[in-house]
Amino acid sequence: MKTFLRRLFLILIAAGAGCADDRAEVDFRFLNTEPETIDPGRVGGQAGGRIVANLFEGLTVRQPPSLAPGPGIAKRWNTSPDARTWTFHLRTSTWSDGTPLTAHDFVWSWRRVLDPATAGKSAQLLFPIAGARDFNSGRSRELGVVAVDDTTLVITLETPTPYFADLAAAPPLAPTPRHVIEAHGEQWTRPETIVSNGPYVLEAWRLQDRMRLARNPLYWNVESIALTRADAVAGDFANANFNQYESGLLDWVDAGGIPLPLIDALTPRDDWHAGPFLATYFLRCNARNAPLDDARVRRALSLSLDAAAITEHVTRAGQVPARGLVPPGIPGYEGIDVDLFDPERARVLLAEAGFPNGEGFPRLRFLFNTSEAHRQIAEVLQQQWRKHLGIEIELLNQEWKVFTATVRAGEYDLARGSWIGDVLDASNFLEIFTAGNANNRTGWESSDYDTRIAAAARETDATLRAEILRTCERTVVVDEAIILPVYVYAVTNLYDASRWKGLEPDLLNSLDLRRVRPRVGPRAGSASR
Amino acid sequence: MTGYLVRRIAGTIPLLLAIVVVSFLFMRLAPGGPFDTDRAFDPQVRANLEARYGLDEPLLAQLGTYVGGLLQGDLGPSFKYVGWSVNEIIAQGAPVSLTLGASALLIALMVGIPLGVIAALYHNRWGDHLATGIALVGVCVPNFVLGPVLVLIFVFGMGLLPVGGWGSPAQVILPAVTLGAVRAAYIARLARAGMLDVLQQDYVRTARAKGLRESMVIFRHALRIAMLPVVQYLGPAIASILVGSVVVERIFDLPGLGSFFINAALNRDYTLAMGSVLLYSTLLIFLNLIADLLAHRLDPRTAR
Repeated sequence: MKTFLRRLFLILIAAGAGCADDRAEVDFRFLNTEPETIDPGRVGGQAGGRIVANLFEGLTVRQPPSLAPGPGIAKRWNTSPDARTWTFHLRTSTWSDGTPLTAHDFVWSWRRVLDPATAGKSAQLLFPIAGARDFNSGRSRELGVVAVDDTTLVITLETPTPYFADLAAAPPLAPTPRHVIEAHGEQWTRPETIVSNGPYVLEAWRLQDRMRLARNPLYWNVESIALTRADAVAGDFANANFNQYESGLLDWVDAGGIPLPLIDALTPRDDWHAGPFLATYFLRCNARNAPLDDARVRRALSLSLDAAAITEHVTRAGQVPARGLVPPGIPGYEGIDVDLFDPERARVLLAEAGFPNGEGFPRLRFLFNTSEAHRQIAEVLQQQWRKHLGIEIELLNQEWKVFTATVRAGEYDLARGSWIGDVLDASNFLEIFTAGNANNRTGWESSDYDTRIAAAARETDATLRAEILRTCERTVVVDEAIILPVYVYAVTNLYDASRWKGLEPDLLNSLDLRRVRPRVGPRAGSASR
Repeated sequence: MTGYLVRRIAGTIPLLLAIVVVSFLFMRLAPGGPFDTDRAFDPQVRANLEARYGLDEPLLAQLGTYVGGLLQGDLGPSFKYVGWSVNEIIAQGAPVSLTLGASALLIALMVGIPLGVIAALYHNRWGDHLATGIALVGVCVPNFVLGPVLVLIFVFGMGLLPVGGWGSPAQVILPAVTLGAVRAAYIARLARAGMLDVLQQDYVRTARAKGLRESMVIFRHALRIAMLPVVQYLGPAIASILVGSVVVERIFDLPGLGSFFINAALNRDYTLAMGSVLLYSTLLIFLNLIADLLAHRLDPRTAR
């Protein structure tokens, strides 16, 4: 019996240790939640996007710190005077297996993202392309993407899309290897079969453990890549991730490695690096329910919400009170920048709406997804509204999936919400509130608003376009107050800046390994901790 | 004996089938689906996704497809992890969880039994008080407290062991101790009670009267019967280790089934959640069966 147990134990240990753990060979280890997929055609979400951006390279590449699009596989590009035709000139490059990469690969890849059979989660990002919407619904096979020859790609857009060069850098628009996907089907992203065209290739992958990226010797700009190997370590539990960071098993963690109770202890540290994030925390008002169908009531709730109290006492990690819906930092767009806290005016508006000093105001329900941080924010808001308006709000929390389904069904009064920008453009935040947009979920719609959003999409003059978008932002935040902005999210990362270059936080928290390099010799870093 | 075994195994089949149907219905009754996210999909994109995973079919047809696959050993594709089948995910996570569980059980037995025996032999003396004291602490401290405390001492205090992750035997130690501690404490209490009981039996007195050495009396005659309550506890112990491993895997960032199980339920990854339920149920049923067979071997009176 004992020998049997001993043998069983050894077998299990051997099986469990299947993924060789040669940590010494790895230059850099970063935290990344387990991505749903690393197939550019189906990717959605930050964790997958981060891996795709390092395994693949699109026409353009976002260049920190501004994230302005720079040359990627496209050497240069130009647009027609009506800004609806974009021509990209590609460099001569290959896939990691040596197969030439041409403009035809982009045509095939983008058609694949939009193909209904692919069920790409980010297909809507490609909707600015002429014919994309109908293509995605299976109604047509016409798409405004044409390879004129191996190195020239011509794209026709539905409306002028001034941010198209930035969009071209987004993970879903990266090229995918037709010859590999056709040979291996859904399993093509496995380390044994995957072929990519970016600075790294996938060397090993064990779910919920780690993905190992190795430098791609056939990458067109391989001389500029400093790290030989990097591990994307998966972990869901902030305390465990932080422990790994503290004991030197991780070189970089984002918010997923920062336990909330430790924030005050961590912010003064030298390895704490925070910056603005392209994301806003807000509350949705359900305009279908009285009295929230009255803009004055919504505005009163907004004006009596003191976001500074939340960023200073609850979140405390570098978040700033929101002064609009669109977070600051988008090139060419100045937000409405309004002071959203004015309790005096809030009381006047509430009285005008028929609720002087909150009398007769029904008990509204504030719905949020279960989380300690959201609960604390909700409690502060509850207390602020009681203090400034004399009204009572009931707090209600639901598990994540239940919450999203409830909000989607419109069964709430006030609901916590947020939006993370996909592209560096204000329209990405404002289009949400057009009629029929799946993310609107407020029950509010306005044909005037939709007309202005459409006008902005047609406008070729950048200044005029920004002006139109600003009126839209004013509508949803001030005039109609259909959402109550709370704060602009912060990027909160931990890493040792005396050891690593190229990790400065940017608006998308992108972690581009192209620029990461050790400040000392490539190996000294891993040995010193 | 063979008849008993066949009856027990045959009995598990309808049980497992019931588990499949009930867990399928429970998953579908839970509000929200795999494609409900913060960021709503365009209706067309959502329709494409639902069509791809067969969610546009009637519920019964989906159950039929699932059971059909199951009969061929196919647990279906994961809804969350694109391109991975549930079989593959379980194959990756199971060795980790099984190693952890087996190590924890081994630690529980290797610590618990000697502790209990010592306590019984030094009945009501300092050895007994010390051993029962340790066992009492072990029963009281939950693993989500014990884990971080052990990390604090052995990782950040003494720098002896890695904080988490998976790949080397050293990485098994802390999670296995965390998981095994409560079980060790229970086993110690059972072993003590069993031993005390046996030491007062007539046959032990007879053995002593024959002039056998005390060690012979204890190890040859008494221990075997004294261990019966421990062996009978193995079934529940395995169950509690399986449940506990879900927590411990999170504390130590282990890529085992526990983390997949939790995430699958939260993500409404229907197939992965059902696959996990099915695997855990099967394990539980069969390990309980083994524990019963073992008890029967130690004391043939327990079998019927």
